[in-house]
Parts: sequence; structure tokens; C-alpha cells
Amino acid sequence: MTTMMTIEKGTVFAPDNAGQVVEAVAWAAAEGEPLEVIGRGSKRALGRPLQAGHSLDLSRLDGITLYEPEELVLSARAGTPLAAIEALLDEHRQMLAFEPMDLGPLLGGAPGAASIGGMLACNLSGPRRIKAGAARDHFLGFSAVSGRGEVFKSGGRVVKNVTGYDLCKLLCGSYGTLGVMTDVTVKVLPRPEKTYTVLVVGLDDASAARAMSRALGSPHEVSGAAHLPASLAARSGVSYVAKAGAAVTAIRVEGPGPSVEYRCAALRRELADLGETEELLSQNSLTFWRELRDVQPFVDTPDAPRGDHAVWKISVAPTAGPGVVADIGHGAAFYDWGGGLIWLALPSGGDGGAAQVRDAVAKAGGHATLVRAPLELRAAEAVFQPQDAAAAMLSERVKDGFDPKRVLNPGRMYAGL
Amino acid sequence: MHMPEPNRRVIDAKADIVAALRAIVPGEGVIVDDEELRAYESDGLTAYRQLPLIVVLPETTDQVSRVLKCCQERGVKVVPRGAGTSLSGGALPLADGIILGLGKFNRVLEIDFDNRCAVVQPGVTNLAITKAVEDHGFYYAPDPSSQIACTIGGNVAENSGGVHCLKYGLTTNNLLGLEMVLMDGTVLRIGGKHLDAEGYDLLGIMTGSEGLLGVVTEVTVRLLKKPETVRALLVGFPTSEQAGDAVAAIIAHGIIPGGMEMMDKPAIHAAEDFVHAGYPRDVEALLIVELDGPQAEVDHLIGEVSRICDEKGAVTCRVSQNEEERTTFWAGRKAAFPAVGRISPDYYCMDGTIPRAQLPLVLRRMREFGEHYGLRVANVFHAGDGNLHPLILYDANKPGELEKAEDFGSDILKLCVEVGGVLTGEHGVGVEKRDLMGSMFNEADLQQQQRVKCAFDPESLLNPGKVFPQLHRCAELGRMHISGGKLPFPDIPRF
Repeated sequence: MTTMMTIEKGTVFAPDNAGQVVEAVAWAAAEGEPLEVIGRGSKRALGRPLQAGHSLDLSRLDGITLYEPEELVLSARAGTPLAAIEALLDEHRQMLAFEPMDLGPLLGGAPGAASIGGMLACNLSGPRRIKAGAARDHFLGFSAVSGRGEVFKSGGRVVKNVTGYDLCKLLCGSYGTLGVMTDVTVKVLPRPEKTYTVLVVGLDDASAARAMSRALGSPHEVSGAAHLPASLAARSGVSYVAKAGAAVTAIRVEGPGPSVEYRCAALRRELADLGETEELLSQNSLTFWRELRDVQPFVDTPDAPRGDHAVWKISVAPTAGPGVVADIGHGAAFYDWGGGLIWLALPSGGDGGAAQVRDAVAKAGGHATLVRAPLELRAAEAVFQPQDAAAAMLSERVKDGFDPKRVLNPGRMYAGL
Repeated sequence: MHMPEPNRRVIDAKADIVAALRAIVPGEGVIVDDEELRAYESDGLTAYRQLPLIVVLPETTDQVSRVLKCCQERGVKVVPRGAGTSLSGGALPLADGIILGLGKFNRVLEIDFDNRCAVVQPGVTNLAITKAVEDHGFYYAPDPSSQIACTIGGNVAENSGGVHCLKYGLTTNNLLGLEMVLMDGTVLRIGGKHLDAEGYDLLGIMTGSEGLLGVVTEVTVRLLKKPETVRALLVGFPTSEQAGDAVAAIIAHGIIPGGMEMMDKPAIHAAEDFVHAGYPRDVEALLIVELDGPQAEVDHLIGEVSRICDEKGAVTCRVSQNEEERTTFWAGRKAAFPAVGRISPDYYCMDGTIPRAQLPLVLRRMREFGEHYGLRVANVFHAGDGNLHPLILYDANKPGELEKAEDFGSDILKLCVEVGGVLTGEHGVGVEKRDLMGSMFNEADLQQQQRVKCAFDPESLLNPGKVFPQLHRCAELGRMHISGGKLPFPDIPRF
């Protein structure tokens, strides 16, 4: 027998199971009370500010429910710490191949605080995105609660599956606006035995883009291609990089030992005409790519206060990267994904550079997200790439189908969504 | 198998509809004669046939947009069609619907090697993309076995796979952008040459939507550089259990082969009789393991795989010494379907996926089903990713055999779901597996999928009768039945 209770503003619901998630969302839908959906809260500062009276905390949905290394599959409850999953995979010499970035430190929080559900809801990938695909490409199945307060599932635990619509794609990157995931299944892959990095020193942005294109157009299975100007290379914890005193272009190769050595040598030969080359071996390589993955050059630390800068994430065609940065004309920028991913820091005063960024991206084709910015700036400026009328209309109708009462993270991505 | 009841009013208005369509697509682009319509009466699933009302072959995106708008205004159903190679009846016509053929969209629009992508029209064949870029050492990775004929637009609709999926992914993992048209004529561009979506992943939901959400008019695909070296092993095992163990051990060892295929004895014999690839006849299971990449890596891995297979009880093992030999290893596998066609008047190709560890159980149960129905089955299996293609042998001229084959097929697919797998790995649901959807999804799951359909096509005019066993009106799906909303859950922990 249930009883009527008054729900105070600011209540945090922390369900223990999917059934309780259904109850909470059904109540929210009936009352028209929006909920902020939180995994473990490491990315609450990302997105448009929410006008939600209550929050739904999924951190008690914790636990790995299936892991079969030989079948390359892992299932977990959505609030499971990503760090716990990565530690277990590591024990079995496996990994999430899309290399999910840890946004915690960039957003002013602790490292390793993310949940697997939150990571998937934001479709977070890392440098290996260009070779292995994004989080969405490894997301095999889920069970979720829609904004209608109904449990639904999609996908499965096998890689090859075209049964019905691929709702995993839709939920991945929807920032909790379509459904509250309670259980997820992902594809896992073997971890490479060795990781080496070829460095080309002293290239300007345009030459670096050409170097990265050449490397990625080679048969050497490059799994990371990034470029840091001298000022940002100097912030690296890898002394080779920090002390280069010049811009550093980095090309990563991974795999069995003999193969990695062979490919590194080949890449150094093929890039030698562009500049001086160096090589990072495994430990330095791992540190370097982790820094890059987590946007370390822009993380605010007591030694290097950088929190007053807005940080933009811009995705464009790889060869368009340097042009976009030149077009914006100021701020500090570095490149990942062969030049196609730009991390840009601009003073957060005024519009945080929004007008210039939007303008440059519109010309080049692509999208820009205001990943880190003070609350006021995120309230005043579009955080996600503004959509054209047709895409906005369609997105709104998709939202209607999942969350007609707008109770799940309403407005987190776009007003009205 | 029931299709939606044809709308008499639409059929009676054929002349008017033809006139309206001819005002958009002039000349031979609108086909109305029964003789010519015959060419479109079925797709690769030839057991089902239906003459369409009209076939329209537009040449521009603007024409597609106007055709769809015209059809929406008149309540005319539309079935999009590429090359018509679907094995699940995805392009099966409707008596009161038009076929919208994209065959004239056959140009490669742009090749951008620096950004490693190509922009193509949807009627370009899968293989033609690779042909257009191979001079520069690039290729398009997904390679469905129909790749000579099937179009990239159809690949997008079906999220087609191929033998290299485990390492290189399906269509959905190899797309960057789309131009598409909604049923109301709205033209939408999604993605481009950059990675990831700016809002909801509409590219992801479109891929594999079986022509129910929109009509694709342009596709941007990722290109990959051809691997430096490709070599294959041909390994025979006395039992399929041992072959399955070897597959698991290879993956457990951290090796992801470019391709890993298994065939059972009936498939081995049929293939060997047909193409004389040199397959051993006295083994129960044959594995083809293909390794690709840098020479040093491939040579190293060939040794590892060979050792693992040995440990798991392989009785024959050959390693390709040159490209010709590798092609020969594949010849039998690639000809497996026609080879089976030679030993039986008809065959029915299934497409379920299972967790690989369930293979021995599934093969055993399949043999039992075969005895029950009195039909033979040959198995080819994408062993790396668990995608099973049982070929059920039957004779359509014997009364009742087609029905038996279909029942046998249903039993196999339900078994796939029962052991943790899915109804279809790459062929799609279409009409073929439509009525089995309930074995994998409950009503809430299916309704949520249909609400996505409603967002794209609220009148449900685009390819209706496919994928979903039951059509609901969008208004009905949109309704919310709130009960108990006033009862605030005393049990949920709160802070």
C-alpha cells in the first residue's frame, strides 16, 4: 500500500533497480516535474543549464553483470563506475577500443569519476576514434526507461545484429534526453601489446595536417594522429614532448612488438622529408595519449590556472582543421583525429568566442560544442551546434516519441528537447 | 504472410497518380505496364511476389522530394528500392504502392583521399566504390556477398555486413554522412566529412532502418587503405566443437582476424564439388582464417593461429603462400550459396546471430530440427562474429516443402534468440522475419521503435508492412496512459 507524500524541491531519487526508475519517471511524467538524470555526476557541468526541480541519481545501479572475454562482450548496470570496468578489462588484457575520454578533470572535477551509462549518453571517445570508431560503434544493447515511464530494450549482446531499429545509436549521445538507461552492453577488444609514437617536430599547423593525412593514408594502421603547437606541447608531462621547444605532431601505432617496430620505422622514413622525427616507446606513449585524450593542456590546476577559459570541441573534415583555427584567429588550439578534432581554448568573457567559432565551422562544415564554460555563458550561448530547421524539427519529433512530457534532462542539449 | 490490406481508392486512382508522377519525372521514368512492372515484383527473397502499382525512377533529389510529397498528399504508399538484392523482402512491392527505384542515382560524386572518404549516389554498387578508389590503394570495407550487384543505398537501409565485420564493422561503422528525403518531401543532410553527430545520431538510426524512415539520396563513406599483406589459413577439424573452440581461443589470444569463416560438412562438400578449391572432404568443420595488416604482423600471427588450431585438434592446415592460393581458399566459401543451389532444387538462406560459445548446441539442435522436418541443412558461419547462415534444402515443387522449410527456418531463428542471439545479423527483418519480432522484443520495445517511425513518417506510408508485425496508428502510440502517477514510490531511496 502506497501513501501520498509531498516531494520537496531538490529531491535526489537514487533508485536501486529499474522498477524504481520506472516509478520515479512515471511520477515525474504525471506531475510534469522535470528530472536531471545523473550517472555519477562527473559531467553535470556539460550542456545547457537545466531547470529541473529534482534529480535521478543512478549511482546505485552498480555492477558488472556479464563479462565473457572470449566473446568480446561486457554488460553492466548503467551507474557502474567506468574505472571499475576498465580495471577489469585490463586484467584480461582487453579494453574499450574507442578509448573513452575522461572529461572530469577538464570540467573541474576528479579523474575516474564517470559511469559507463554517462559515458555512453555523451558518446565519449578518444584518439582511437579514427581507427576503432566512437562509443556508439561499440554499444551493442541496453534496457532503459523512457520519459513515458516504460521499460524498453534494444540491440543485444552480439556484434552483428540488424534486428529492428538501432536505438543504441539514438541513445548514445542523447545526453539522457530520450531515456534513462539502466543496463548496457558493450563490445570489448584485445588491448594492444605495444604502443609506440612517432613524433615529427617543428611543423606548422598546415604541414602537420599534411603529415597526419599522409600517415593515415598509409597502410600502417595508425591509431592516433595529433598535433600540438609549441606552447601546448610544453604543458606535457612527457619530457620529450615538453622539452621539444617546438610544435609536436604525433602518430601512434599499436599492436604486436615486431609489427609496431616495423611500422614506426616505415612511418619515420615516410615522414622524414617534413621534419626531424623522434619516437616515444610504450610508457611515454601511454602518458602522452592519455593527456591528449583528457584535454590535459586545458585542465585547470593550482599551478596553471586556466579555468577562466572556455573550451570548445570542434569536429570538421581533417584537412579543414588548420583553416578553421586560422579563421577563428585567436585562442590556443590543438588537434586530434588527424586534424579533424580541434580543442580550442578562448577567453570566456563576452560570448566566449561563439560568434567566431560558429561562423568558421559553418563555412567549413562540421560542428562545435562548448564543452567547458561558466554557467552564465552556457545559458546565453548555444552549447551544441545549432541545427537547421529540418534536423531540429525531426529531433523534436524523436523526443516526442520518447519523452512527450519533457521530463528527462529537458533543454540539456537544445531548448525544447 | 499478410501484407497491409491494399487501399482500393488508391488503386482506382492509378491514372491520376501516374499523371501527377509524370509531371515530376518525365518520359520513361514512370513505369505502368504490367510487363515492365514484372521486373520489380520481388527482390532476393523470391518466395514472395507482388506487382507494384507503379514504378518511378527519379534522377534528382528534387524529383525524389516531389514524388514523396505527391504520394504523401494522395496517401500513396512508397517502397524504396536499390538493386533489389534484399534477402528479407525489404523491397517487396505493395499492390497499392509505388516502387521508388534509385537505380539512376549511379554516380560517384567525389573522392577525397586526403580526408579518406567518398561521396556517392545511392545507386552506386558496393563494389563500384572500391573499384573507384583501388588505384590509389584504398577500399570500402563492408563487403556483403552480393557486392557486385547491391547498391550502397540498399546497404545503408539494411546496415549490410560481409565477411570482414569483426575487424572492420558493418555499414553503420563506415558512414560519415547522408542526404535523405522524408516522406513529406523534406530534404535533410546529416553528417558530412567530419566525425560524430551534432545532435541526435540520425545517421545511426537511419542505417538499418530498412527503408521505413526516409529515402537516401547521397552517401558519404569512409575509405580505408588496403592492408599491406593479406594471408589466409584453411584448417580442417574432426568436429565443429573443436573448430568453435579454436575460434574462441584465437580471440582469447588477442587476435582479431580480418575474416574468420566456418563451414560444416554438407557445405564443404557442396562447395568442393562446385569449385574444386581443394577443401578436405573428411572433416566435419572447415575454418578459413584471414589475417591482414603489415607483413611482419601477419607472418607472426599466421604462426600463432596455426599453433592454436593445432592445439585444438586440427587435422589439416594449409597457409596461403600467394594471392592466388588465398583466393582459392575463399572460392569455395564465396560460392557456397550457388554450390548448395546445385545439390538441391531450392534452398532457403537463414541469418541469425548467436553468442559463439553456443555454436555446438545450436548445430546439434539444428540437426534435430532437420530430422523432424525431413530436410537437410548446410551451414556457413561468420565464426568471428557469431553470424550463422544455415541453408535449408527443399524442393518447392513438392507440396508442403516450402512451408516446412519456413517452419524449420523459424525454429532456427527462435533458437538463436533463445540462446542469447538475435533474429538477423545482416539480412534484415523485412517481411521474412517480421512476424518473429515478438520472440525477441515485447510490445513495449516494438512500440518504442514504432514511435521513431512516427517521428519520420507519421502517416506510415514509407515501406509499410515490413519489420513490424503489427501496425499502430501514430496517434495511438503517442497517447500516454498515466496511472499511479499520484503515488509517490515510498520505497525509492531519497536524499
